[in-house]
Amino acid sequence: MMQIDCPHCGLRPENEFHFGGQSHIQRPPLDCSDETWGDYLFARDNPKGDHAERWRHTFGCARWFNMIRNTVTHEIKAIYAMTDSRPAVKS
Amino acid sequence: MSLAIRFNAHMRTRYSAWNLLAASPRHDDWAPAWRDAEPKSHYDVVIIGGGGHGLATAYYLAKNHGVRNVAIVEAGWIGGGNTGRNTSIIRSNYLYPESARLYEHSLRLFEGLSRELNYNIMFSQRGIVTVAHSRHDLDSQSRWANAMRCNDIDAELLDAAQMQELVPRLNVGKDSRFPVLGGFIQRRAGPARHDAVAWGYARGASALGVDIIQNCPVTGFIKKNGRVAGVQTPRGEIGAEKVAIAVAGHSTVLASLAGFRLPVMSYALQAMVSESIKPVLNTVVLSPAVGAYWSQSDKGEIVIGGALDHFPSYAQRGSYGVTQQVLAATVEMFPSFSRLRMLRQWAGIVDVVQDSSPIIGPTPVPGLYINCGWGTGGFKSIPVGGLTLAHVLATGRNHELAEPFQLERFATGRLIDEAAAAGIAH
Repeated sequence: MMQIDCPHCGLRPENEFHFGGQSHIQRPPLDCSDETWGDYLFARDNPKGDHAERWRHTFGCARWFNMIRNTVTHEIKAIYAMTDSRPAVKS
Repeated sequence: MSLAIRFNAHMRTRYSAWNLLAASPRHDDWAPAWRDAEPKSHYDVVIIGGGGHGLATAYYLAKNHGVRNVAIVEAGWIGGGNTGRNTSIIRSNYLYPESARLYEHSLRLFEGLSRELNYNIMFSQRGIVTVAHSRHDLDSQSRWANAMRCNDIDAELLDAAQMQELVPRLNVGKDSRFPVLGGFIQRRAGPARHDAVAWGYARGASALGVDIIQNCPVTGFIKKNGRVAGVQTPRGEIGAEKVAIAVAGHSTVLASLAGFRLPVMSYALQAMVSESIKPVLNTVVLSPAVGAYWSQSDKGEIVIGGALDHFPSYAQRGSYGVTQQVLAATVEMFPSFSRLRMLRQWAGIVDVVQDSSPIIGPTPVPGLYINCGWGTGGFKSIPVGGLTLAHVLATGRNHELAEPFQLERFATGRLIDEAAAAGIAH
């Protein structure tokens, strides 16, 4: 089980948290094409490797944060605030 | 001296009682089930992925459409991904007419598959029982079973006494944590032998001239004038008129190599088996509420499947949190299983689409086709996934069963949202 370092509560077990999808998705202008809107709603990067994603400490402080996690090893490489941009990490 | 068994004309290829009796005393005159091929420089169709779907696609291309200059390129060994990692349950208990048609066609193909392939896939139609634990479950399962019957698929509602009779080991005590109020059964559902499905299709395809190339990962696509013209591999470039992707959890990895995006996320779906015991469980039992399902294999192992892990993953092991939850539910539902020793636990990486329905058809790259998005239900759809992908590859037109399952639906909004009906929580 992953131990996730919540920025507010410290290290807590994975089952206190919820995965909340890919981070940093920007909404396109509302007059965009159906293809662009569909891509915004549904298409995801889903990389095999480092993934920037949102998590919520649901059964704790209930606050959201961002994380960079490797989807093969589950190693957590960075934890950062919801409003921060994606930091560089060693791959 | 090569250890590889070589074909010769006197070897036995057909499995039958006569050939079993007539075989040489040491049974060393059986031909290998398929040829392990070296890549040629060019094919009419290259299929990426030697799992059930890729192998079935090759088989139906050769068998139904006469397209025999076909290669399957597989990164590992055939049937070594999700085809060898699932719990092998075949069912067609879906809600919407589009899905009902698709999965019912697959179930019917499975019913005739042992004969079609001359390979015993051990499909055992012992039924799948879905358990209702609450008034809400009873209501939603009535709707579910009625929807199935409207689509001409067998479904019977069961009361608590019938449940107890069908599954005597189930904890139906008044003070049980998950009380059993009723449920429903699809009697034509049941497990098959997953390896046999892969090997049967591989043998059938190979006999029709398809090249099966193992240990050959695709590292890139060759494009000419905006059209796909082949694949790059560590064993050289392989040219192709058309290329098909059938790689389940790795669909987005291949799509990004080809330069397009998919509405797919990859999650670990885990399963585990116990030691072998005498027959105790005669049907497949599914509890959507606790997120687990149980069956007993022909070898006697209790096969336990769980719900998806909660976060995306390419690690084929599954997270401990879900293992714990599944085993806790198992002990509650079947108290007599509490002292079983577990033998193995593993996970497959499944390709989950937002509407929990597959994608079978062309991609934005001309000449490149895809079969993906089966999520937690890839095994039971192998025959129909192969049949419909082969149809579009050979004819350039979508098979009518696959018409609703196109990538465009995510731009038009015509989703087929099976998430509520797919049997296990997504």
